[in-house]
Amino acid sequence: MSVIEVQDISKQFGTLKAVDGLSFQVQEGDVFGFLGQNGSGKSTTIRMLLSLIHPSSGSIKLFGMPLNEHRNELLEKVGAIIERPDLYPYLTAKEHLQLFAKVRKKHISTSDINATLEKVGLSNRSTDRVQTFSLGMKQRLGIGIALVHNPSLIILDEPTNGLDPQGIADIRHLIQYLAKEEGKTVFVSSHLLSEIEQVASQILIIHKGKKVAGGATKQLLDPNKTIVHVTTLNNEAALNAIKLSDYASYLLPRKDGIYFCMPQQQIPLLHKSLVIADIPLLNVETKNSLEDYFLQVTSNTQ
Amino acid sequence: MWKLISVELYKIYKRPRTYIAFGAIAALIVVIQLGLKIDGDAYAGFLMKDINDTLSIEGKILNGYLICYILLQLLLVHVPLLVALIAADMISGEANLGTLRLIFTTPYSRTQWVMAKFIAASTYTILLLIWLAFLALFVSIWVFGTDDLFLMKSNYVVLITEADVMWRYVGAFVFAAFALMTVTSLGFLMSSLANNSIGPIVGTMSAIVFLTILSTLNIPLFSLIKPYLFTTHMNNWKEFFDLQVNADNEAIKGSILNIAKIKNSLIVLTLHIILFVSASVIIVKKKDILS
Repeated sequence: MSVIEVQDISKQFGTLKAVDGLSFQVQEGDVFGFLGQNGSGKSTTIRMLLSLIHPSSGSIKLFGMPLNEHRNELLEKVGAIIERPDLYPYLTAKEHLQLFAKVRKKHISTSDINATLEKVGLSNRSTDRVQTFSLGMKQRLGIGIALVHNPSLIILDEPTNGLDPQGIADIRHLIQYLAKEEGKTVFVSSHLLSEIEQVASQILIIHKGKKVAGGATKQLLDPNKTIVHVTTLNNEAALNAIKLSDYASYLLPRKDGIYFCMPQQQIPLLHKSLVIADIPLLNVETKNSLEDYFLQVTSNTQ
Repeated sequence: MWKLISVELYKIYKRPRTYIAFGAIAALIVVIQLGLKIDGDAYAGFLMKDINDTLSIEGKILNGYLICYILLQLLLVHVPLLVALIAADMISGEANLGTLRLIFTTPYSRTQWVMAKFIAASTYTILLLIWLAFLALFVSIWVFGTDDLFLMKSNYVVLITEADVMWRYVGAFVFAAFALMTVTSLGFLMSSLANNSIGPIVGTMSAIVFLTILSTLNIPLFSLIKPYLFTTHMNNWKEFFDLQVNADNEAIKGSILNIAKIKNSLIVLTLHIILFVSASVIIVKKKDILS
């Protein structure tokens, strides 16, 4: 079932066409990565999904129903944070959740609110006013507000803005947990491509308001630029063996193994060369770079 | 809808700015009451200096009812400026904070939110008026006692017996509620047009000052538009304190000299409220929430 179905939407601000004939679908249970450079139309698209902005043309369906006809009913199933964690400085974290729980149709208990605070790591600061919060804490609270009513679709616009590395990892784990354990559909935009790469099952890249690439994350990434991480019992010998091959490039020895790029279909040759060199192999892990792909597709359409 | 109103009231209750107006009114009233308590006789003597030779008054002129009338004359001009502090911030303040995005992604229409905000702002205005009434009327009665209300108009005097005063104050405060709600709705309209608080607050205050000047200037050109300006009607609460007289020129207890004027003013004020709030709803509904 399509949770989001966008059909040929455009948005014009004066002479600027911020979004230009964009179409895409998000299926139930997907973690959908929404990528684009600054000013590419990501936030405008997200605002249209939340009916904060009216599209100039095109249609949006959520859960199979037109957004413009069933707005209130549909938004009950959606939780969102948009760009910045904008909150009331004179209210506490708990008061924010209570306030936004109150404007939902279904009853949200105090234990649900406490569980949400726990989920976003703010239970120990729940009675502090937001004006004393760091940007990262505000971001967590913003996510808490998006989650407090247990929505089926979660829309997160730059959810890792202002977070430290631990905070970024926490949000990543939270997104993975929401999708895998709670079966939520997550629509997430971010500048941190490595984060999107780790969590998204589907990716859409837009540029100047238009779709430039989209599909399953695994299929999108160029198999000829697969990043390989090899761990052996003798990494020094392995490095020499790989250097002699003609398939590897960008060799990078590290403490935890050797990283390099190579075509995915030639991985059996790697195995063979290491066996011939009598190097005991512990692990071969492949990685594709979303960043490379992103830069490739957006630079092709400049 | 009640949920939204309670949320908006809660936000007003928690915002420190809310209490500025309550504090300002309390401070002004207490200072005036204190001044009149200490030096009230001199003030009463000044009031009566022109008629002392022709009229003999017995009893307490400077009683709680007169103090309340003096306070209302002074304060009902300034309270609209205090009301603007909250009303003009209701939408633009949230646009400035960015929280408008949060509330407009909840499962309620923008019309519902705007109406809830207006009702909450009006509730605040009425609470402010109740606070004013409590301090100006009841505290004055407690401090200065009661007696007949003696008022000096421009070319005549009005004497209202003690038993005939209280209902007039009730009427005056209800009328003032309409006047202040008109200011609230104007602030609200200004608020829907901007994305920061300062502009609408200053804009509302400026509009009130500008229109008040137009309403008070006796220039024929402005006389044409005066009846349609809400500021012309805001001070008509005073009509509750003018009595009809009989053939012997005696005041008729329980009467109002010009009740049609009060009704007309209430109609004009109500139409302004409807116009300003409707315009706010239309503007917010069409607005793209970008910030």
